[in-house]
Amino acid sequence: MLQGLREALGMLWGGDAELWGIIARSLLVSLTAVALAAAVGVPLGAAVGLRRFRGRTLLRRVLRTFMGLPPVVVGLIVYLTLSRSGPLGPLDLLFTPTAMIIAQFLLALPIVAALAAGTVEGIDEQVREAALTLGATARQAEYKVLAEARRGLVTAVAAAYGRVAAEVGAVMLVGGNIRGYTRVMTTAIALETRQGQYGLAIGLGLVLIVISFLVNMIVEAGGEAR
Amino acid sequence: MKRTALIITLVLVPVILAGTVWLGGRPGRELVLATTTSTEDSGLLDYLLPYFTERTGIQVKVVAVGTGQALEMGRKGDADVLLVHAKPDELKFVADGYGTERHDVMYNDFIIIGPAADPAGIKGLADVKEAFRLIAAAQATFVSRGDNSGTHKKEKAIWAAMETVLAGDWYVEVGQGMGATLGIADEKQGYLLIDRATYLAQKASISLEIMVEGDELLLNQYGVIPVNPARHDGINERGARMFVEWLISDEAQELIGKFGVEEFGQPLFFPNAGR
Repeated sequence: MLQGLREALGMLWGGDAELWGIIARSLLVSLTAVALAAAVGVPLGAAVGLRRFRGRTLLRRVLRTFMGLPPVVVGLIVYLTLSRSGPLGPLDLLFTPTAMIIAQFLLALPIVAALAAGTVEGIDEQVREAALTLGATARQAEYKVLAEARRGLVTAVAAAYGRVAAEVGAVMLVGGNIRGYTRVMTTAIALETRQGQYGLAIGLGLVLIVISFLVNMIVEAGGEAR
Repeated sequence: MKRTALIITLVLVPVILAGTVWLGGRPGRELVLATTTSTEDSGLLDYLLPYFTERTGIQVKVVAVGTGQALEMGRKGDADVLLVHAKPDELKFVADGYGTERHDVMYNDFIIIGPAADPAGIKGLADVKEAFRLIAAAQATFVSRGDNSGTHKKEKAIWAAMETVLAGDWYVEVGQGMGATLGIADEKQGYLLIDRATYLAQKASISLEIMVEGDELLLNQYGVIPVNPARHDGINERGARMFVEWLISDEAQELIGKFGVEEFGQPLFFPNAGR
Protein backbone atom coordinates (compact mmCIF):
# COMPACT_ATOMS: atom_id res chain seq x y z
CA MET A 1 0.00 0.00 0.00
CA LEU A 2 2.83 2.34 0.89
CA GLN A 3 4.38 1.56 -2.46
CA GLY A 4 1.14 2.54 -4.23
CA LEU A 5 0.97 5.74 -2.25
CA ARG A 6 4.56 6.51 -3.18
CA GLU A 7 3.70 5.73 -6.78
CA ALA A 8 0.73 8.13 -6.72
CA LEU A 9 2.79 10.90 -5.14
CA GLY A 10 5.60 10.27 -7.61
CA MET A 11 3.19 10.62 -10.51
CA LEU A 12 1.83 13.86 -9.06
CA TRP A 13 5.25 15.26 -8.42
CA GLY A 14 6.59 14.08 -11.77
CA GLY A 15 3.79 15.93 -13.52
CA ASP A 16 2.17 12.77 -14.93
CA ALA A 17 -0.04 14.23 -17.65
CA GLU A 18 -2.73 11.57 -17.38
CA LEU A 19 -3.11 11.91 -13.62
CA TRP A 20 -3.20 15.69 -13.72
CA GLY A 21 -5.72 15.47 -16.55
CA ILE A 22 -7.93 13.27 -14.39
CA ILE A 23 -7.67 15.74 -11.51
CA ALA A 24 -8.46 18.74 -13.74
CA ARG A 25 -11.40 16.89 -15.27
CA SER A 26 -12.78 15.92 -11.85
CA LEU A 27 -12.61 19.51 -10.68
CA LEU A 28 -14.12 20.86 -13.87
CA VAL A 29 -17.05 18.45 -13.85
CA SER A 30 -17.86 18.67 -10.14
CA LEU A 31 -17.31 22.43 -9.79
CA THR A 32 -19.45 23.16 -12.84
CA ALA A 33 -22.22 20.91 -11.57
CA VAL A 34 -22.10 22.52 -8.12
CA ALA A 35 -21.89 26.07 -9.51
CA LEU A 36 -24.98 25.45 -11.64
CA ALA A 37 -26.72 23.73 -8.72
CA ALA A 38 -25.90 26.74 -6.51
CA ALA A 39 -27.16 29.19 -9.14
CA VAL A 40 -30.51 27.37 -9.22
CA GLY A 41 -30.62 25.84 -5.75
CA VAL A 42 -29.82 28.88 -3.60
CA PRO A 43 -32.67 31.02 -5.02
CA LEU A 44 -34.97 28.00 -4.92
CA GLY A 45 -34.03 27.22 -1.32
CA ALA A 46 -34.34 30.88 -0.37
CA ALA A 47 -37.83 31.00 -1.87
CA VAL A 48 -38.86 27.88 0.04
CA GLY A 49 -37.40 29.30 3.23
CA LEU A 50 -38.70 32.87 2.93
CA ARG A 51 -41.89 32.88 0.95
CA ARG A 52 -45.26 31.37 1.71
CA PHE A 53 -46.88 29.68 -1.28
CA ARG A 54 -49.04 26.70 -2.13
CA GLY A 55 -47.21 23.42 -2.21
CA ARG A 56 -44.29 24.80 -0.21
CA THR A 57 -44.32 22.00 2.36
CA LEU A 58 -44.57 19.39 -0.35
CA LEU A 59 -41.72 20.98 -2.32
CA ARG A 60 -39.54 21.01 0.78
CA ARG A 61 -40.34 17.39 1.47
CA VAL A 62 -39.54 16.41 -2.13
CA LEU A 63 -36.21 18.26 -2.00
CA ARG A 64 -35.28 16.52 1.25
CA THR A 65 -36.27 13.16 -0.17
CA PHE A 66 -34.20 13.73 -3.30
CA MET A 67 -31.16 14.46 -1.15
CA GLY A 68 -31.05 10.71 -0.72
CA LEU A 69 -31.26 9.77 -4.40
CA PRO A 70 -28.81 6.96 -5.19
CA PRO A 71 -26.27 8.24 -7.75
CA VAL A 72 -26.68 5.10 -9.86
CA VAL A 73 -30.41 5.82 -10.21
CA VAL A 74 -29.75 9.41 -11.27
CA GLY A 75 -27.07 8.11 -13.62
CA LEU A 76 -29.45 5.59 -15.15
CA ILE A 77 -32.15 8.20 -15.70
CA VAL A 78 -29.68 10.54 -17.37
CA TYR A 79 -28.29 7.61 -19.36
CA LEU A 80 -31.71 6.59 -20.68
CA THR A 81 -32.54 10.21 -21.49
CA LEU A 82 -29.30 10.83 -23.40
CA SER A 83 -29.10 7.38 -25.02
CA ARG A 84 -29.38 7.32 -28.80
CA SER A 85 -32.68 5.55 -28.34
CA GLY A 86 -33.76 8.06 -25.65
CA PRO A 87 -35.55 11.41 -26.05
CA LEU A 88 -32.35 13.53 -26.13
CA GLY A 89 -30.32 11.04 -28.17
CA PRO A 90 -29.77 13.38 -31.16
CA LEU A 91 -27.74 15.72 -28.92
CA ASP A 92 -25.03 13.05 -28.82
CA LEU A 93 -24.17 13.84 -25.21
CA LEU A 94 -23.82 10.36 -23.74
CA PHE A 95 -20.28 9.53 -22.61
CA THR A 96 -19.21 13.17 -22.56
CA PRO A 97 -18.16 15.43 -19.66
CA THR A 98 -21.41 17.34 -20.24
CA ALA A 99 -23.45 14.23 -19.42
CA MET A 100 -21.47 13.88 -16.20
CA ILE A 101 -22.16 17.50 -15.30
CA ILE A 102 -25.89 17.01 -15.87
CA ALA A 103 -25.97 13.94 -13.61
CA GLN A 104 -23.98 15.64 -10.85
CA PHE A 105 -26.10 18.78 -11.15
CA LEU A 106 -29.21 16.68 -10.49
CA LEU A 107 -27.52 15.11 -7.47
CA ALA A 108 -26.33 18.44 -6.07
CA LEU A 109 -29.47 20.50 -6.63
CA PRO A 110 -31.71 18.99 -3.91
CA ILE A 111 -28.86 19.20 -1.39
CA VAL A 112 -28.17 22.86 -2.06
CA ALA A 113 -31.85 23.78 -2.14
CA ALA A 114 -32.96 21.79 0.92
CA LEU A 115 -30.02 22.88 3.09
CA ALA A 116 -30.37 26.49 1.92
CA ALA A 117 -34.07 26.46 2.79
CA GLY A 118 -33.30 25.05 6.23
CA THR A 119 -30.60 27.63 6.87
CA VAL A 120 -32.79 30.54 5.80
CA GLU A 121 -35.67 29.32 7.95
CA GLY A 122 -33.28 29.04 10.86
CA ILE A 123 -32.54 32.77 10.79
CA ASP A 124 -34.53 34.54 13.44
CA GLU A 125 -37.72 36.14 12.17
CA GLN A 126 -36.62 39.23 14.11
CA VAL A 127 -33.92 39.93 11.53
CA ARG A 128 -36.50 40.47 8.87
CA GLU A 129 -38.83 42.41 11.17
CA ALA A 130 -36.00 44.65 12.33
CA ALA A 131 -35.06 45.40 8.74
CA LEU A 132 -38.65 46.20 7.87
CA THR A 133 -38.96 48.45 10.93
CA LEU A 134 -35.84 50.30 9.82
CA GLY A 135 -37.54 51.14 6.57
CA ALA A 136 -36.31 48.34 4.31
CA THR A 137 -38.56 47.13 1.53
CA ALA A 138 -39.75 43.51 1.69
CA ARG A 139 -37.10 42.57 -0.88
CA GLN A 140 -34.29 44.33 1.00
CA ALA A 141 -35.39 42.58 4.18
CA GLU A 142 -35.10 39.25 2.42
CA TYR A 143 -31.57 40.07 1.29
CA LYS A 144 -30.75 40.90 4.88
CA VAL A 145 -31.92 37.44 5.96
CA LEU A 146 -29.88 35.82 3.18
CA ALA A 147 -26.80 37.79 4.22
CA GLU A 148 -27.27 36.51 7.78
CA ALA A 149 -27.60 32.98 6.43
CA ARG A 150 -24.47 33.07 4.27
CA ARG A 151 -22.42 30.66 6.36
CA GLY A 152 -25.19 28.14 6.17
CA LEU A 153 -25.45 28.68 2.41
CA VAL A 154 -21.72 28.09 2.03
CA THR A 155 -22.11 24.87 4.01
CA ALA A 156 -24.97 23.86 1.72
CA VAL A 157 -22.78 24.35 -1.35
CA ALA A 158 -19.83 22.60 0.29
CA ALA A 159 -22.03 19.63 1.21
CA ALA A 160 -23.22 19.39 -2.37
CA TYR A 161 -19.62 19.48 -3.60
CA GLY A 162 -18.71 16.74 -1.16
CA ARG A 163 -21.54 14.61 -2.46
CA VAL A 164 -20.69 14.92 -6.17
CA ALA A 165 -16.91 14.83 -5.81
CA ALA A 166 -17.18 11.52 -3.94
CA GLU A 167 -19.79 10.00 -6.22
CA VAL A 168 -18.86 7.24 -8.63
CA GLY A 169 -22.07 5.47 -9.71
CA ALA A 170 -23.54 8.22 -11.86
CA VAL A 171 -20.37 9.39 -13.62
CA MET A 172 -19.34 5.80 -14.32
CA LEU A 173 -22.65 5.16 -16.10
CA VAL A 174 -23.09 8.36 -18.10
CA GLY A 175 -19.38 9.11 -18.60
CA GLY A 176 -18.24 5.58 -19.29
CA ASN A 177 -14.84 6.08 -17.59
CA ILE A 178 -13.23 6.73 -20.98
CA ARG A 179 -9.50 7.25 -20.67
CA GLY A 180 -8.39 10.81 -21.29
CA TYR A 181 -11.95 11.97 -21.81
CA THR A 182 -14.41 11.09 -19.06
CA ARG A 183 -12.18 9.37 -16.55
CA VAL A 184 -12.29 11.22 -13.24
CA MET A 185 -10.80 10.57 -9.81
CA THR A 186 -13.57 8.30 -8.52
CA THR A 187 -13.90 6.21 -11.66
CA ALA A 188 -10.11 5.94 -11.90
CA ILE A 189 -10.08 4.69 -8.30
CA ALA A 190 -12.79 2.15 -9.16
CA LEU A 191 -10.74 0.99 -12.16
CA GLU A 192 -7.49 0.68 -10.19
CA THR A 193 -9.38 -1.31 -7.54
CA ARG A 194 -10.85 -3.59 -10.21
CA GLN A 195 -7.34 -4.16 -11.53
CA GLY A 196 -6.10 -5.02 -8.07
CA GLN A 197 -3.88 -1.92 -7.85
CA TYR A 198 -5.06 -1.20 -4.32
CA GLY A 199 -2.07 0.97 -3.41
CA LEU A 200 -2.55 3.29 -6.36
CA ALA A 201 -6.30 3.42 -5.63
CA ILE A 202 -5.65 4.50 -2.05
CA GLY A 203 -3.08 7.03 -3.27
CA LEU A 204 -5.64 8.55 -5.63
CA GLY A 205 -8.19 8.54 -2.80
CA LEU A 206 -5.83 10.58 -0.65
CA VAL A 207 -5.27 13.02 -3.50
CA LEU A 208 -9.06 13.36 -3.77
CA ILE A 209 -9.31 14.20 -0.07
CA VAL A 210 -6.55 16.79 -0.30
CA ILE A 211 -8.30 18.44 -3.25
CA SER A 212 -11.62 18.51 -1.39
CA PHE A 213 -9.81 20.11 1.53
CA LEU A 214 -8.39 22.83 -0.74
CA VAL A 215 -11.74 23.43 -2.43
CA ASN A 216 -13.43 23.82 0.94
CA MET A 217 -10.73 26.21 2.08
CA ILE A 218 -11.40 28.40 -0.94
CA VAL A 219 -15.17 28.17 -0.56
CA GLU A 220 -14.93 29.13 3.13
CA ALA A 221 -12.61 32.01 2.36
CA GLY A 222 -15.19 33.17 -0.17
CA GLY A 223 -17.94 32.90 2.46
CA GLU A 224 -16.00 34.90 5.05
CA ALA A 225 -15.01 37.64 2.64
CA ARG A 226 -18.49 39.04 2.38
CA MET B 1 -24.58 38.21 -1.20
CA LYS B 2 -26.82 37.64 -4.17
CA ARG B 3 -24.73 39.91 -6.31
CA THR B 4 -21.52 38.17 -5.34
CA ALA B 5 -23.10 34.84 -6.16
CA LEU B 6 -24.21 36.24 -9.47
CA ILE B 7 -20.74 37.54 -10.28
CA ILE B 8 -19.15 34.23 -9.34
CA THR B 9 -21.63 32.42 -11.54
CA LEU B 10 -21.10 34.82 -14.43
CA VAL B 11 -17.36 34.33 -14.23
CA LEU B 12 -17.39 30.62 -13.55
CA VAL B 13 -19.84 29.41 -16.14
CA PRO B 14 -18.03 30.73 -19.25
CA VAL B 15 -14.70 29.52 -17.92
CA ILE B 16 -16.20 26.13 -17.27
CA LEU B 17 -17.97 25.93 -20.59
CA ALA B 18 -14.78 26.89 -22.36
CA GLY B 19 -13.02 24.20 -20.39
CA THR B 20 -15.65 21.64 -21.32
CA VAL B 21 -15.24 22.45 -24.96
CA TRP B 22 -11.51 22.19 -24.55
CA LEU B 23 -11.79 18.81 -22.86
CA GLY B 24 -14.60 17.43 -24.93
CA GLY B 25 -14.52 19.10 -28.27
CA ARG B 26 -11.93 17.18 -30.16
CA PRO B 27 -12.46 17.34 -33.90
CA GLY B 28 -13.99 14.46 -35.75
CA ARG B 29 -16.38 11.78 -34.67
CA GLU B 30 -14.71 9.29 -32.40
CA LEU B 31 -15.42 5.63 -32.20
CA VAL B 32 -17.19 4.26 -29.13
CA LEU B 33 -16.08 0.73 -28.33
CA ALA B 34 -18.17 -1.14 -25.78
CA THR B 35 -16.18 -4.00 -24.38
CA THR B 36 -15.73 -6.16 -21.36
CA THR B 37 -13.80 -5.34 -18.23
CA SER B 38 -11.41 -8.22 -18.98
CA THR B 39 -9.96 -6.57 -22.10
CA GLU B 40 -9.44 -3.29 -20.29
CA ASP B 41 -8.35 -4.65 -16.91
CA SER B 42 -5.76 -6.93 -18.51
CA GLY B 43 -4.21 -3.90 -20.23
CA LEU B 44 -4.77 -5.31 -23.75
CA LEU B 45 -6.61 -2.27 -25.08
CA ASP B 46 -4.12 0.23 -23.71
CA TYR B 47 -1.48 -1.75 -25.60
CA LEU B 48 -3.41 -2.30 -28.81
CA LEU B 49 -5.40 0.86 -29.49
CA PRO B 50 -2.50 3.29 -30.03
CA TYR B 51 -1.51 1.21 -33.08
CA PHE B 52 -5.04 1.51 -34.50
CA THR B 53 -5.13 5.26 -33.87
CA GLU B 54 -1.73 5.63 -35.51
CA ARG B 55 -2.89 3.75 -38.62
CA THR B 56 -6.27 5.41 -39.02
CA GLY B 57 -6.26 8.64 -37.02
CA ILE B 58 -9.40 7.44 -35.25
CA GLN B 59 -9.58 7.93 -31.50
CA VAL B 60 -11.31 5.07 -29.73
CA LYS B 61 -13.40 5.75 -26.68
CA VAL B 62 -13.48 2.62 -24.58
CA VAL B 63 -16.42 1.92 -22.32
CA ALA B 64 -15.60 -1.20 -20.34
CA VAL B 65 -18.61 -2.94 -18.84
CA GLY B 66 -19.91 -6.50 -18.56
CA THR B 67 -20.81 -8.33 -21.78
CA GLY B 68 -24.52 -8.10 -20.92
CA GLN B 69 -24.32 -4.32 -20.58
CA ALA B 70 -22.12 -3.98 -23.68
CA LEU B 71 -24.69 -5.82 -25.80
CA GLU B 72 -27.44 -3.64 -24.36
CA MET B 73 -25.41 -0.54 -25.30
CA GLY B 74 -25.26 -1.92 -28.83
CA ARG B 75 -29.01 -2.51 -28.91
CA LYS B 76 -29.65 1.06 -27.78
CA GLY B 77 -27.20 2.47 -30.31
CA ASP B 78 -24.90 3.89 -27.63
CA ALA B 79 -21.80 2.18 -29.01
CA ASP B 80 -20.44 1.86 -32.54
CA VAL B 81 -18.64 -1.43 -32.18
CA LEU B 82 -18.55 -4.25 -29.61
CA LEU B 83 -15.73 -6.52 -28.48
CA VAL B 84 -17.31 -9.10 -26.20
CA HIS B 85 -17.22 -12.77 -25.24
CA ALA B 86 -20.51 -14.63 -25.13
CA LYS B 87 -20.79 -16.24 -28.54
CA PRO B 88 -24.40 -17.51 -28.41
CA ASP B 89 -25.62 -14.06 -27.32
CA GLU B 90 -23.47 -12.39 -29.98
CA LEU B 91 -24.92 -14.56 -32.74
CA LYS B 92 -28.41 -13.76 -31.51
CA PHE B 93 -27.51 -10.05 -31.42
CA VAL B 94 -26.56 -10.19 -35.10
CA ALA B 95 -29.50 -12.44 -36.01
CA ASP B 96 -31.86 -9.93 -34.39
CA GLY B 97 -30.46 -7.22 -36.65
CA TYR B 98 -28.65 -5.17 -34.00
CA GLY B 99 -25.25 -5.91 -35.50
CA THR B 100 -24.23 -6.34 -39.11
CA GLU B 101 -21.64 -9.10 -38.79
CA ARG B 102 -19.54 -10.95 -36.26
CA HIS B 103 -15.94 -12.11 -36.41
CA ASP B 104 -13.86 -14.25 -34.11
CA VAL B 105 -10.93 -12.18 -32.85
CA MET B 106 -9.09 -14.15 -30.22
CA TYR B 107 -9.63 -16.50 -27.34
CA ASN B 108 -8.23 -17.09 -23.97
CA ASP B 109 -9.33 -19.64 -21.49
CA PHE B 110 -11.02 -19.81 -18.17
CA ILE B 111 -9.52 -21.61 -15.25
CA ILE B 112 -10.84 -22.61 -11.86
CA ILE B 113 -8.72 -21.24 -9.06
CA GLY B 114 -9.13 -21.93 -5.38
CA PRO B 115 -7.45 -22.02 -1.98
CA ALA B 116 -4.32 -24.12 -1.57
CA ALA B 117 -6.13 -26.21 1.06
CA ASP B 118 -8.53 -27.35 -1.70
CA PRO B 119 -11.48 -28.45 0.50
CA ALA B 120 -13.38 -29.91 -2.47
CA GLY B 121 -10.40 -31.92 -3.68
CA ILE B 122 -10.50 -30.78 -7.30
CA LYS B 123 -6.88 -29.87 -7.95
CA GLY B 124 -5.58 -31.39 -11.15
CA LEU B 125 -8.92 -32.57 -12.50
CA ALA B 126 -9.31 -32.33 -16.27
CA ASP B 127 -13.10 -32.29 -16.25
CA VAL B 128 -14.59 -28.95 -15.27
CA LYS B 129 -18.09 -30.38 -14.70
CA GLU B 130 -16.72 -32.93 -12.29
CA ALA B 131 -14.91 -30.13 -10.47
CA PHE B 132 -18.08 -28.06 -10.18
CA ARG B 133 -19.98 -31.11 -8.94
CA LEU B 134 -17.40 -31.75 -6.21
CA ILE B 135 -17.42 -28.11 -5.11
CA ALA B 136 -21.22 -28.20 -4.79
CA ALA B 137 -21.13 -31.56 -3.00
CA ALA B 138 -18.58 -30.26 -0.51
CA GLN B 139 -20.53 -27.02 -0.10
CA ALA B 140 -17.15 -25.31 -0.51
CA THR B 141 -17.29 -21.55 -0.97
CA PHE B 142 -17.68 -20.64 -4.64
CA VAL B 143 -17.65 -16.99 -5.67
CA SER B 144 -19.69 -16.07 -8.74
CA ARG B 145 -19.57 -12.84 -10.74
CA GLY B 146 -23.36 -12.77 -10.69
CA ASP B 147 -23.42 -9.85 -13.12
CA ASN B 148 -24.57 -11.49 -16.35
CA SER B 149 -21.13 -10.88 -17.85
CA GLY B 150 -19.54 -13.25 -20.34
CA THR B 151 -17.70 -14.98 -17.52
CA HIS B 152 -20.90 -15.34 -15.52
CA LYS B 153 -22.74 -16.69 -18.54
CA LYS B 154 -19.99 -19.26 -19.01
CA GLU B 155 -20.25 -20.27 -15.37
CA LYS B 156 -24.03 -20.58 -15.56
CA ALA B 157 -23.75 -22.71 -18.69
CA ILE B 158 -21.54 -25.17 -16.83
CA TRP B 159 -23.87 -25.29 -13.81
CA ALA B 160 -26.85 -25.71 -16.12
CA ALA B 161 -25.40 -28.97 -17.37
CA MET B 162 -25.90 -30.51 -13.94
CA GLU B 163 -28.72 -30.48 -11.46
CA THR B 164 -27.26 -28.41 -8.70
CA VAL B 165 -29.36 -26.01 -6.71
CA LEU B 166 -27.31 -22.83 -6.47
CA ALA B 167 -28.47 -21.83 -3.04
CA GLY B 168 -26.86 -21.76 0.34
CA ASP B 169 -24.05 -19.93 2.04
CA TRP B 170 -21.41 -21.63 -0.07
CA TYR B 171 -22.54 -19.99 -3.33
CA VAL B 172 -21.65 -16.31 -3.22
CA GLU B 173 -22.89 -14.00 -6.00
CA VAL B 174 -21.09 -10.68 -5.78
CA GLY B 175 -22.36 -8.80 -8.84
CA GLN B 176 -19.02 -7.15 -9.64
CA GLY B 177 -16.29 -7.11 -12.26
CA MET B 178 -13.62 -9.76 -12.57
CA GLY B 179 -10.92 -7.98 -10.58
CA ALA B 180 -13.22 -7.12 -7.68
CA THR B 181 -14.65 -10.64 -7.67
CA LEU B 182 -11.15 -12.08 -7.55
CA GLY B 183 -10.38 -9.89 -4.54
CA ILE B 184 -13.49 -11.16 -2.75
CA ALA B 185 -12.74 -14.80 -3.59
CA ASP B 186 -9.20 -14.35 -2.29
CA GLU B 187 -10.44 -12.89 1.00
CA LYS B 188 -13.06 -15.62 1.39
CA GLN B 189 -10.66 -18.34 0.21
CA GLY B 190 -13.27 -19.58 -2.22
CA TYR B 191 -13.25 -21.22 -5.63
CA LEU B 192 -13.68 -19.02 -8.66
CA LEU B 193 -14.03 -19.31 -12.42
CA ILE B 194 -11.76 -16.66 -13.92
CA ASP B 195 -10.24 -15.77 -17.26
CA ARG B 196 -6.56 -16.53 -17.37
CA ALA B 197 -5.61 -12.99 -18.42
CA THR B 198 -7.04 -11.39 -15.30
CA TYR B 199 -5.60 -14.15 -13.14
CA LEU B 200 -2.08 -13.72 -14.54
CA ALA B 201 -2.27 -9.95 -14.30
CA GLN B 202 -3.17 -10.11 -10.60
CA LYS B 203 -1.45 -13.32 -9.59
CA ALA B 204 1.19 -11.53 -7.57
CA SER B 205 -1.29 -10.02 -5.12
CA ILE B 206 -3.46 -13.07 -4.37
CA SER B 207 -3.01 -16.46 -2.71
CA LEU B 208 -5.45 -18.58 -4.75
CA GLU B 209 -3.94 -21.24 -7.03
CA ILE B 210 -4.87 -22.86 -10.31
CA MET B 211 -7.05 -25.93 -9.70
CA VAL B 212 -8.51 -26.91 -13.07
CA GLU B 213 -7.44 -25.93 -16.57
CA GLY B 214 -7.40 -27.19 -20.13
CA ASP B 215 -10.99 -28.45 -20.48
CA GLU B 216 -12.40 -27.55 -23.89
CA LEU B 217 -15.51 -26.21 -22.16
CA LEU B 218 -13.33 -23.49 -20.68
CA LEU B 219 -12.39 -21.79 -23.94
CA ASN B 220 -13.37 -18.14 -23.99
CA GLN B 221 -13.94 -16.79 -27.48
CA TYR B 222 -13.97 -13.04 -28.14
CA GLY B 223 -15.91 -11.62 -31.04
CA VAL B 224 -16.13 -8.19 -32.65
CA ILE B 225 -19.44 -6.82 -33.95
CA PRO B 226 -20.13 -3.49 -35.68
CA VAL B 227 -23.46 -2.06 -34.52
CA ASN B 228 -26.11 -1.90 -37.25
CA PRO B 229 -26.15 1.76 -38.44
CA ALA B 230 -29.61 1.31 -39.92
CA ARG B 231 -31.20 1.07 -36.49
CA HIS B 232 -29.98 4.34 -34.98
CA ASP B 233 -28.81 7.69 -36.23
CA GLY B 234 -25.26 8.76 -35.60
CA ILE B 235 -23.56 5.38 -35.52
CA ASN B 236 -19.96 5.72 -36.67
CA GLU B 237 -20.27 3.12 -39.40
CA ARG B 238 -17.01 3.87 -41.18
CA GLY B 239 -14.97 3.89 -37.98
CA ALA B 240 -16.58 0.65 -36.82
CA ARG B 241 -15.84 -1.05 -40.12
CA MET B 242 -12.21 0.11 -40.06
CA PHE B 243 -11.86 -1.11 -36.49
CA VAL B 244 -13.24 -4.55 -37.32
CA GLU B 245 -11.04 -4.85 -40.41
CA TRP B 246 -7.96 -3.81 -38.48
CA LEU B 247 -8.66 -6.07 -35.52
CA ILE B 248 -8.83 -9.17 -37.72
CA SER B 249 -5.88 -8.07 -39.89
CA ASP B 250 -2.53 -9.85 -39.68
CA GLU B 251 -0.95 -6.86 -37.98
CA ALA B 252 -3.41 -6.68 -35.09
CA GLN B 253 -3.55 -10.46 -34.75
CA GLU B 254 0.21 -10.61 -34.41
CA LEU B 255 0.17 -7.83 -31.81
CA ILE B 256 -2.48 -9.66 -29.80
CA GLY B 257 -0.40 -12.84 -29.83
CA LYS B 258 2.61 -10.98 -28.44
CA PHE B 259 0.76 -9.21 -25.65
CA GLY B 260 1.85 -10.31 -22.19
CA VAL B 261 4.62 -12.63 -23.35
CA GLU B 262 7.33 -10.40 -22.01
CA GLU B 263 5.71 -9.85 -18.63
CA PHE B 264 4.11 -13.23 -17.93
CA GLY B 265 6.12 -15.57 -20.11
CA GLN B 266 2.98 -16.54 -22.02
CA PRO B 267 0.41 -14.75 -24.14
CA LEU B 268 -2.81 -13.66 -22.44
CA PHE B 269 -4.92 -13.94 -25.58
CA PHE B 270 -4.59 -16.22 -28.60
CA PRO B 271 -5.51 -14.61 -31.93
CA ASN B 272 -7.79 -16.74 -34.11
CA ALA B 273 -9.50 -14.43 -36.60
CA GLY B 274 -10.50 -16.11 -39.84
CA ARG B 275 -9.51 -19.54 -38.61
